[in-house]
Amino acid sequence: MEIGLTHYLVLGAVLFGLGLFAMISRRNAILVLMGIELILNAANINLVAFARYNGLGVDGQVISIFVIILAVAEAAIALGIVLNLYNNFATVDIDEANTMKD
Amino acid sequence: MPYTTILFYVLAFIIVASAVLVVFNKNVIHSAFALFFTLFAVSGIYVLLRADFIAITQIMVYVGGILILLIFGVMLTTKITDVELKTKNLNVVPSVIFSLGIVIILIFVILSTKWNIRMAPESEETVSQIGKALLTTYLLPFEIASVVLLVALIGSAMFARKIKD
Repeated sequence: MEIGLTHYLVLGAVLFGLGLFAMISRRNAILVLMGIELILNAANINLVAFARYNGLGVDGQVISIFVIILAVAEAAIALGIVLNLYNNFATVDIDEANTMKD
Repeated sequence: MPYTTILFYVLAFIIVASAVLVVFNKNVIHSAFALFFTLFAVSGIYVLLRADFIAITQIMVYVGGILILLIFGVMLTTKITDVELKTKNLNVVPSVIFSLGIVIILIFVILSTKWNIRMAPESEETVSQIGKALLTTYLLPFEIASVVLLVALIGSAMFARKIKD
């Protein structure tokens, strides 16, 4: 059976669901970040699949490059925030961080 | 069965299995290493989709950059010898129901939509096309992205600095 567009879209949907679950249910801030990375990867799979199967040419790939760029910026900033959280609360458990000043 | 089909299913299995490991593993550092396999297999998916430049970018940026940053984050914020490294999941049943519901809805929509399939031209290398598109159609987002990266660099350095008082 030939692999088509729907295969890639279903793969992206499953990856999105797993990332969503990590974002909702994990308590470690770094694991929430990993969930966000999974979701961004799912979006990228969809973009590249549409670029291949919908005749969009190279546009989808360019947009997925921008997604990767924003993922890098987001990871750097978020890890800075997580380190600050650890300095202030001595934990990265996002349920413990429930005050705005210490 | 063509070999691309086998390759797709192998890669999809690696992606889903290691993503499940990322999500359900109790140990944060194990999750980080499982994420390594997910990102590599996603890069393989890009190769299958004939997006060679994106695949290399994925390996260099995600595996070489973001994952290393995440592992740094894990090691800086948890004591490895500690029990604290293990984290619990919260509200497992409601979030499983919610995520599974969304995935089922998405898959239903994907399978029931009549996609307008027009194959891209075969076997063209994409690097020069991406370069041209970045410097013509997408020039403004390209420049804004460079500014965003500069701001992120400065901002994260400022965040992570120890504030003396």
